[in-house]
Amino acid sequence: MRARNWELISLVPAALLVSAGFAAVYIQRANQLETVSLIYGAIFLGLCLGAHIFIRVTLPHADPFIFPLVAVLACYGLVMIYRIDGATEARVQAQWFVLGLVLFAATIVWFRDYRRLENYRYLIMTGSVVLLLLPRVPGLGVYSGGAYLAIHLPGITFQPPEFAKVGVVIFLSSYLRDHRQALASGRRILGYRIPPLKHLGPLLALWGAAMLALVVIGDIGSSLMFYGALLAIVYVATDRISFVIFGMLAFGLGSWFLATHIPHIDARIQDWLHPFNPALYSAPLGSYQLANAQFAMAAGGLFGQGFGQTLLYIPGTTNALIPFPSTDMVFSVITGDLGLFGAAGLLVTYLLFISRGFKAAMLARDSFSKLLAVGLSTVIAVQVFVIVGGVARVIPFTGVPLPFVAYGGSSILANFVLVALLLLVSDRARRPLSDT
Amino acid sequence: MNRSILRLFSVVVVLFALLIVWTSRWTVFSASALDHNRLNQLGFYASLKVKRGEILADNGAVLARSVKAANGTWKSVYPQGSLFAQAVGYYNPQENQIAGIEQTRNRALTGLQSRQASLFGSFNGTPQVGDSVYTTLDPKGQALARKLLAGRVGAVVAIVPQTGAVKVMYSNPSYNDNNLGAPCPANAAHVGCQFNLATQGGLPPGSTFKLVVTAAALNSGKLTPNSTFAGPSPLLVDGIPLHNDGNVSYPPGTTLTTALTDSIDTIYAQVGLRVGAPTLQEYMKRFGFYSVPPMDYPAAQMRPSGEFYNGSFVPITNPNMDVGRTSIGQGDLEVTPLQMAMVVAAIANNGKLMEPRLTSRVVNSDGETVETIRPQEYDQVMRPQIAQEETQMMRHVVESGTGTLANIPGLNLVGKTGSASLGACVTGVRVNNVCPGGETYDDAWFVSFSESDPKIAVAVELSDIPGGYGGTYAAPIAAEMIKTLLAEGQ
Repeated sequence: MRARNWELISLVPAALLVSAGFAAVYIQRANQLETVSLIYGAIFLGLCLGAHIFIRVTLPHADPFIFPLVAVLACYGLVMIYRIDGATEARVQAQWFVLGLVLFAATIVWFRDYRRLENYRYLIMTGSVVLLLLPRVPGLGVYSGGAYLAIHLPGITFQPPEFAKVGVVIFLSSYLRDHRQALASGRRILGYRIPPLKHLGPLLALWGAAMLALVVIGDIGSSLMFYGALLAIVYVATDRISFVIFGMLAFGLGSWFLATHIPHIDARIQDWLHPFNPALYSAPLGSYQLANAQFAMAAGGLFGQGFGQTLLYIPGTTNALIPFPSTDMVFSVITGDLGLFGAAGLLVTYLLFISRGFKAAMLARDSFSKLLAVGLSTVIAVQVFVIVGGVARVIPFTGVPLPFVAYGGSSILANFVLVALLLLVSDRARRPLSDT
Repeated sequence: MNRSILRLFSVVVVLFALLIVWTSRWTVFSASALDHNRLNQLGFYASLKVKRGEILADNGAVLARSVKAANGTWKSVYPQGSLFAQAVGYYNPQENQIAGIEQTRNRALTGLQSRQASLFGSFNGTPQVGDSVYTTLDPKGQALARKLLAGRVGAVVAIVPQTGAVKVMYSNPSYNDNNLGAPCPANAAHVGCQFNLATQGGLPPGSTFKLVVTAAALNSGKLTPNSTFAGPSPLLVDGIPLHNDGNVSYPPGTTLTTALTDSIDTIYAQVGLRVGAPTLQEYMKRFGFYSVPPMDYPAAQMRPSGEFYNGSFVPITNPNMDVGRTSIGQGDLEVTPLQMAMVVAAIANNGKLMEPRLTSRVVNSDGETVETIRPQEYDQVMRPQIAQEETQMMRHVVESGTGTLANIPGLNLVGKTGSASLGACVTGVRVNNVCPGGETYDDAWFVSFSESDPKIAVAVELSDIPGGYGGTYAAPIAAEMIKTLLAEGQ
């Protein structure tokens, strides 16, 4: 069967998911929601079909499962947001999906030969750094939970790291394509090959930048995301594990220094280790959120309590039991409602998506494409690990959006650009040689 | 490069495996610990949203119901208030307070017992509704008990001997379970407002305990109803002179039947010593002494009966125990009115003691019975013919002995009186807040059933009646209770 027909068939699970999910939420709260809200589900499916036709025309050879997997994730998110906040947030989220798909199409049209991106790599890099620093601009940044994560423009709140992550991956892929040989060579000192400083320098600068981002933005989660992508790309480019080990040690050292010198990072670590310590539980911005997320997950059990059953607010009040249920804590709401099965299903969907990205990387015929696909997939993987691992207490909690699922516009827009790039790489990689 | 890509992918797989392992940890392996974490309020919040089932009297009268409170939550109200408060208890999640049947049948009342877990939970948005619980309690009997006690400190327990169903469990003082914050009456302050004298009172049973001694003596084959004794007064028991009531002496050749009929203390002290502590101990255990009563009521609201010495229960075989005085229901013996009702119920049921039960069945919101609480045998205390012999002895008590005020024509009541002095401060409810020092307060008992229609066994206890005899104060109440409850059962 042809790739695009596979894609069409693979959209069926998304269609079922969104229909069943919306119907379930609607039936459960028929007294509070209008019938019209059901239409959003239908519109969403129509959009997916439209995107499919667009891919069929523009990228006929691209991986058939990437887009359907994204659609499943997006449906999952849309249904959860509809369940958590009713029609208001779901409608906004659906609008962002429309914009996201427009940006998706635009990216495919503009960068049909995505290798042109390499020409702008320093511009992209500079842009990304500027984006990352924007939240620190007085009057523009939003300070929340000890970190500068977002900027306020009239009407919207915007999370720069989401766009910056795509830019950084493009830059790194391009830069390392040029310097991978040089980095892999170099003089041996004490049995280790130390690459020439000329080539190593920018990498060290990147490490410094990630650390700086940590200090300046105070955002360990985003830094981890960037740094993970950096190490992944360096490793694939040079095939040298020592870089990764050195990089991890360096990051660990930097994080340890910051943890002991920046109070809010230390607090996050304490919350992670002792969420049920009554003093931390009742402290402002303490472990209350994390502890209650855990309780919700425990209540979910194997199969969940049922859709809409996870308690988000203290009954009879408007006080949140799980603060930020549609963004930071969405994974705990999913686990509470749908249990371990629902949560594992979501994680497996991510893993499948990431595996398709890696597959595209393996099939790609040039280093830039390989590194780009690896970097984009890894950035999603690390992002999922950071937020889900934070909620599930594998690692200290830091708020990054759960890709495609969490509520938030900038995340959706950036991730659709990311998917467009992956599909472009994949289409080129799978195109029969005679076509090129 | 492809080799590195594959390796990198395996790292990603490991990271995701970690996520799934940790999620399983919280959802499955440590879920129970998290559910019981004391910071976890989810169970409490969920309980606020449950419309609890009703608690009903045996005739369907509502004793507890859930009413809508603010913001989709529910609260429990008790239409009968203090009349049923001790049995029904209360449910007040705001203060984390729960007691009585509300506590023992909490699972059924919250609907946890019959609820079907569904993948999508409750679709229609209606609140979770609990099942209703039928009690065995009889509103008319309960109201009569309160009326007959007439405000005096005391307790009435009525049991169906054949099933163990508790028809009446009322004691004074009671409390209003709709208003737990109300101040305690002065005479209950030292034990707490919600003290249930019927199940928590540690009272000397007086001569009603002779029924236990008699059962042990007859069933062990050591004595018969016609065994004879001399009953001098005073008699040295455990080195201290024991007097009969009015210091009356009884000649040699007095039968055991006469000794029970006239409640001769100096003879029963000898009977107890003849039977011996080990045998007495065994029969007390068969009647349920030394255990928390096997009733569907919170253990924290019940007290075992037995020898209570230096703050704990000790066997009667303990060398510090005065077996002679225990045999007349004094010494260190402390019992609950519920325990004495169990004793008389076992005799009424041919020696077979049934576990007392406050609830009979659980019905769901559609009115279907989802659980029937079946009668359960506790022990065959004595052989049926021994129980019949003892019943004959008890008939003499009512016909010609200390309990003649219960001799109501046509009812054929049998029974045993008890009049104990509360010399020391025992666990119970006092007339005054202060523990009496030196003064004697009498404790009047009557335990009874109808020989011709043994479908109700009653224990009546009145505390703190100065100079009061069980036959004078408690017997008429018991007779009235049995008369009314039997008439209702017709």
